[in-house]
Amino acid sequence: MILSFVQKICFYSGKCDLMAYRILEKEEIAPSVHRMIIEARDVAKAAKAGQFIILRIDERGERVPLTIADFEKEKGTVTVIYQEMGKTTKQLAKLSAGDYLEDFVGPLGTPADIRKLGTVILVGGGVGVAPIYPQAKAYTSAGNRVISIIGARNKDLLILEDEMEKASSELYIATDDGSKGHHGFVTDIMKKILDSGEKVARVVIIGPPIMMKVGAGVASPYDVEILVSLNSIMVDGTGMCGGCRVTVGGETKFTCVDGPEFDARKVDFVQLMNRLAMYRGEETEAVEKYEAECRCGLH
Amino acid sequence: MQEVQGEKPGKAKKERTPMPEQPAEERRKNFNEVTLGYTKEDALAEASRCLACKDPKCVEGCPVNVDIPGFIQLICEENFEGAIERIKATNALPAICGRVCPQETQCEARCVLGKKSQPVAIGRLERFCADYEREKGVKAPEVMPPTGKKVAVVGSGPAGLTAAADLAKLGHKVTIFESLHKAGGVLSYGIPEFRLPKEIVRQEVEYIEKLGVEVKPNYIIGRIKTLDELCDDFDAVFLVTGAGLPNFMGIEGENLNGVYSANEFLTRVNLMKAYDPEYDTMVRHGKHVVVVGGGNVAMDAARSALRLGADEVSIVYRRGEDEMPARREEIEHAKEEGIIFRLLTNPVRILGDEKFNVTGVECIKMELGEPDKSGRRSPVPVEGTEFLVQADVVIIAIGTSPNPIIFKGSEGLEQNRRGTVVADEETGATSKCGVFAGGDAVTGAATVISAMGAGKKAAKAIDAFLKEK
Repeated sequence: MILSFVQKICFYSGKCDLMAYRILEKEEIAPSVHRMIIEARDVAKAAKAGQFIILRIDERGERVPLTIADFEKEKGTVTVIYQEMGKTTKQLAKLSAGDYLEDFVGPLGTPADIRKLGTVILVGGGVGVAPIYPQAKAYTSAGNRVISIIGARNKDLLILEDEMEKASSELYIATDDGSKGHHGFVTDIMKKILDSGEKVARVVIIGPPIMMKVGAGVASPYDVEILVSLNSIMVDGTGMCGGCRVTVGGETKFTCVDGPEFDARKVDFVQLMNRLAMYRGEETEAVEKYEAECRCGLH
Repeated sequence: MQEVQGEKPGKAKKERTPMPEQPAEERRKNFNEVTLGYTKEDALAEASRCLACKDPKCVEGCPVNVDIPGFIQLICEENFEGAIERIKATNALPAICGRVCPQETQCEARCVLGKKSQPVAIGRLERFCADYEREKGVKAPEVMPPTGKKVAVVGSGPAGLTAAADLAKLGHKVTIFESLHKAGGVLSYGIPEFRLPKEIVRQEVEYIEKLGVEVKPNYIIGRIKTLDELCDDFDAVFLVTGAGLPNFMGIEGENLNGVYSANEFLTRVNLMKAYDPEYDTMVRHGKHVVVVGGGNVAMDAARSALRLGADEVSIVYRRGEDEMPARREEIEHAKEEGIIFRLLTNPVRILGDEKFNVTGVECIKMELGEPDKSGRRSPVPVEGTEFLVQADVVIIAIGTSPNPIIFKGSEGLEQNRRGTVVADEETGATSKCGVFAGGDAVTGAATVISAMGAGKKAAKAIDAFLKEK
C-alpha cells in the first residue's frame, strides 16, 4: 500500500504521537463487516450516543460518514463498524491495526435525546445494529427498560449479539432465513410487543432505509414516539454543504446539524432512498476499477 | 501593450499594462489559473504609472490599509523584497488578495488616474510582489517576544488567518481550530483553483505557521469543545466561522438528484478535487448546467461546471447585469468562456424524471420594480412568461444563513434576528467577555478582503484586551 501523507510524517520524523488517528484494532465480525477501533482522543472525549464521525483514508480519499458504534473516553478510542460496499469501505477493509487514517473528525450530529422515558424499543437491522448499541447502553444507564430487537439476513451476518444482550433488558433476534431467532423481520417482533399492550414510550429504528421505512409504517398506528437515524450523503458534516438534505414534515432539513435522528412519521423515505442512490453508477464504476487494480497488485 | 520606457517618473501613462492570461478557448477546458501574472517588465511599466500622491486615496480604499504608494515606489526602484515587506506589514495574505480582492471597488476605485483614464493596477502589482517572494522563498518573519497570552481562533478562513498572523507577530500564542481537514476556509473549499491555486493558499498558511501559529484541523468548536470550554482554556477567542449553511429557494424539485448548493458543488470540486480522476470524490459532470445567482460564487460554480465538461452552462439571475454583485472581471471572464447569462429570470420549479434526476428548470421572466430595502430595484415576475431550460445539474448560489453549531453550549453570546453573531463593527467585541467575532459569521457572506479587514481590527482589539487583562 502507498504510504499516506500522515504515515510518511510518522515514518520520517518518528513523531507518531502527534498523529492521533491510529487504528488500534481491526476485526472482521461478519462476512465483509468490520469493526475498527481508532485512537482519536478529542472525538472520544466529546462523543455521545447517536453521533457520527467523518473519516478520510488518504489525501485522495472521500470523506465518509460513519455512525459511532462505541467509544471509551478514558482510552481515547472510537469504534466504527462498516460493511464493504463502495471503494472506500473496501479500501478500509484492507487496513489493519497499526495503520493510520489521514482524517477522523467528530463527533458530528446532534446527540440522541436520551433520558428516562420508561420502556424503549430499539430496533437494529444489518450494520444498523452498530449505532443501536451505544444507544442501548445510554438508555439503560438513564434508567429505561430497553427491549432490543436485532436482525440480519442470516445468522452469520448478525453482529454485536453478546454486547446487545448485556446492554439491554431483553433481546430478540430475527433473521430473514430463520437461521437464528425469529424467521422473518425485526419489525414483526416489534409489532408483537406493541400489540401486547405493554406501555412503550419510544421506538428507535436504525438500519437500511427500506427497513426504517417499513418499521415506521408498522409502528405508526400505535401511540408511541418513533425515531430513525439517517445516514445521508454529505461532505463536511457541519451544515456547510447541504448535501445531506432530507424532507421532514414537508420542510428541508440537514441531516448533519438538524439530525441525524428524526421523527420517523415525518421523514420522506422515498426521497431519502433516491438521494442515497445519487452516485450509484459512479460507485459501481469506482469499485470495478479499484478491484481491477487490486488484481494487478497495485494495492 | 508594451509601455514606452524612459519617460519622466511621475508622469502618468495612459494605458494600463494588461495582464497576460490563458485564452478563453483554452482555459475553459482546464483548471489552471486564468491570469498568468505580470513579468518584471510589466510590473515596472505599471508601477511607473503611479503618481505617488501625497494624500493617497487608494490607501483609504483598502480595508487593511496597505501602504500602496510606498510599495509601488519600491517596485520602481526594483526593490521587490522591500516592496513585499511593505505590503506584509499590514497584509498577511498578499498572494491571495492580489488575486481575489475586488480592487475595482476598493483601492483602484480611489486612484486619481481613474478619473481621466484607468487606475493603476494595484492588485496585479501586489500579486507580482507576492509571487516574486514565493519564488525566492519566503523569509521567516520577525515576531515579538512571547507575552504568555493564549488566543483561540475558530476558523481558518481569511479573517482567522489575518488575525492569527497579527496576534502572533505581537507575541501571543495563537491556535486556529478548523473543522475541515485543510486550512483556508473559503480560500480552500470555495474559490476555484483557476482563480486561486491551492498551492498558494497552502504556502500562505505555511507562512502563518512560521509565525508560530498552530493550526488544528478536524476540530469542531461546538462539538469537541463548547465555546465556554474554549474560554476557560484561552485568554481570548476570535470567532470566524464563516457564512454558514447554504440557502435554498424553497421551490418544487430542489431536492432532486443533480441539484447542488454552490457550497457543496464547489467543495467537491475545489477542496476534494473532483476534477482530478486520481481523487475518489464524486460529482455530477452535467452536460446542461443551470446556476442560480449573480454573485462571485455563482460565477465560480458556472465556470467550474464548464471546466468539468459541460456543453452549456447558464446563469439565471433575477435582476439585470448592473445589479449583479459579482466582480466585473469575473463576469467578463465568464462571458468570454461562453457562459450564457439569463438575466431578469427566476426559477419557478425544478423538473425531474422518474429516477429522481433533474431534467430542467422552469423559469419566469422578471422586470424591475420599486427599489427595496437594499436600495436595489426589486424584481417582479412577468405573468405568462414561463419557459423551460434543459438541465441535468442545477447549482443554487443564492447566499447562506449562519451556522447554529457555534451557539451550542455557549452562554451569553448574542445573535441577531438573522442568526449572525452580534459584534462591534470596530473591535469585533461580542456580548461575551473575551470573545470577539468577525468575517462572514458577523456580516453574512461578503468578500475575502472585508473578512481580512475585520480580522485586522479584531486583532488590534484583542491585543488591547489582553494587555488590560
